[in-house]
Amino acid sequence: MRERTYGDRGLTLLWRLLSFMGSLLLTFTGLTAITFVIGRFMAVDPVLAVVGDHATLEVYEKNRIALGLDRPIIEQYFLYLKKLLAGDFGQSIMTSHPVLSDLLHFFPATFELATIATLLGVFIGVPVGVAAGARKGGWLDHFVRIIGLFGYSMPVFWLGLVGLFLFYGKLGWVGGPGRLDIGYDDIVTSYTGIILVDSLIAGEWDIFRNALSHIILPAGILGYYSIAYIARMTRSFMIEQLSQEYVTAARIKGRSFWGAVWVHAFPNIMVPLITVVGLSYASLLEGAVLTETVFSWPGLGLYITKSLFNADMNAVLGGTIVVGAVFIGVNMLCDFLYHVFDPRLRNA
Amino acid sequence: MSNTEILTWREWLTDDAPASRRQAVTGNIYRSVRAVCSNSAAVSGLVMIAMLILVAAFARQISGDASPIAQDLATRLGAPNAQHWFGTDELGRDIFARTVYGARVTLSIVLLVSVVVAPIGLAVGTTAGYLGSWVDSILMRITDVFLAFPKLVLALAFAAALGPGIENAVIAISLTAWPPYARMARAETIAIARSDFISAVVLQGASTPRILFRHIVPLCLSSLIVRLTLDMAGIILTAAGLGFLGLGAQPPTPEWGSMVSSGRDVILDQWWVATIPGIAIFIVSLGFNLLGDGLRDVFDPKST
Repeated sequence: MRERTYGDRGLTLLWRLLSFMGSLLLTFTGLTAITFVIGRFMAVDPVLAVVGDHATLEVYEKNRIALGLDRPIIEQYFLYLKKLLAGDFGQSIMTSHPVLSDLLHFFPATFELATIATLLGVFIGVPVGVAAGARKGGWLDHFVRIIGLFGYSMPVFWLGLVGLFLFYGKLGWVGGPGRLDIGYDDIVTSYTGIILVDSLIAGEWDIFRNALSHIILPAGILGYYSIAYIARMTRSFMIEQLSQEYVTAARIKGRSFWGAVWVHAFPNIMVPLITVVGLSYASLLEGAVLTETVFSWPGLGLYITKSLFNADMNAVLGGTIVVGAVFIGVNMLCDFLYHVFDPRLRNA
Repeated sequence: MSNTEILTWREWLTDDAPASRRQAVTGNIYRSVRAVCSNSAAVSGLVMIAMLILVAAFARQISGDASPIAQDLATRLGAPNAQHWFGTDELGRDIFARTVYGARVTLSIVLLVSVVVAPIGLAVGTTAGYLGSWVDSILMRITDVFLAFPKLVLALAFAAALGPGIENAVIAISLTAWPPYARMARAETIAIARSDFISAVVLQGASTPRILFRHIVPLCLSSLIVRLTLDMAGIILTAAGLGFLGLGAQPPTPEWGSMVSSGRDVILDQWWVATIPGIAIFIVSLGFNLLGDGLRDVFDPKST
């Protein structure tokens, strides 16, 4: 995002939108190029995966041509891109379903987990960060710093295991791994794939409670990382705003300290906070890979790692593309919104 | 006698008008060391990392005669006791010895990633920043593309394609970790390239590679090191994550991430198998985070 010298605001916005689409397209091309290269790199012969070990040479050759592997590499890439755009990610060896339908099946679980964690991050992290920044050097400020340091230093899979040991094994406060107790599986009709919502629609309070007891630990652990990051960023934004003269002016006018913080300074940090929340959301979708493995949470992350161990490359690359696309999309959208909503950057 | 000598040494080091290049350089080093030492976060981080290095270097002496890979199925999953301080794992191996030897694996991953990432980032960033125009556009577009990727998932896909193993984990992490360094080096290079001393060496007829390597790269190094220290914790966590998923160091190598993973199934009954290596990962990452925070406070107070 640079070199904008157009005076006209509408034109600037249009130009920005175009360059946003341009960089989005470029990044997606890069992502698919990389997954394509990885697919070529791997030790598994894609032809053998189709025809099996005992095929004759003619059958092998016929399938090689059918798969387009005799064409120049650039052409193969465009063929691959065409397939992706048509939603064809290939067949999964592990589940023997098309990868796309698998991904759609597993996505809601990840979405549910990441969304609850982000909500925790926003509703706890932002107020705590504001208070820490407002009282710089106070006990809450030190607390946020320590929470942040720990969050950046603890492996998420380890924290998950410790949480399981303490809260499930020792205290029995929460449900164990998985989304539901085994007895509750497949009772509610799946409308959205998000069990908390589905069970509410069906009016099954038992199942809702059970699902809640299962999601609270993994979501809480992911939420901790989100809180740590959001609180730390909110704090530094707040400190920056409170050092500005308009805050002093508001105080001189007779505005109370917390009034100045929430009414004058807070609106100014909302725009950069959009980006921070978006970044944290995108990284939670990614961080879910390890958390889902620990909690046997049937989402995208578990799907990718399980496929990894079955050498199911179509599924791994399909999952990488979907997670990557969501990650890139959210990141760039935040960047775009940031430039649209911040008047200082709009005409910069 | 000795007291006055120390005083004169300090005066020589902190002299405002150094008489020689050597005095200026050593004086600068002296001032930075003092600044770092007065920062408690940096010092505690430094102590933790020093501990990691010492443990890695003297792993054999510290673990006594316990071997990190010797199996003893008779004592498998034993609780911590006088003989096995941290207990034993599912194959009866001593967890204390494995944790101690694991420091070597972590340290080598950290070193290898730094050795790969820093030169790539510096080369791309300084070249783009100094040459500008289309070279800059192309290199920075590539950097942006890589920067936009989800790190762990991409490292996962790379590691899966290259096959499991510690070298491949290092390559996978490096491939996803270099872009921020390129960006930073580019920004610094653009600022440095405008200064008069660069114009002076250009007039003297210095070649572009010479200007890049002799004059620009050394000035980018300090912020690169600070950034690398800050990122180190993230690199350790990614490496441990790959190890946890079985894509890092292969058995029987004592790698902390894979040790946590081996204790996963018995976490409810034999908690020590998974938790203790995790604590080691935590301490080392914390050390790097503290040191990085401290170094940033000292050398780059604006960005805190």
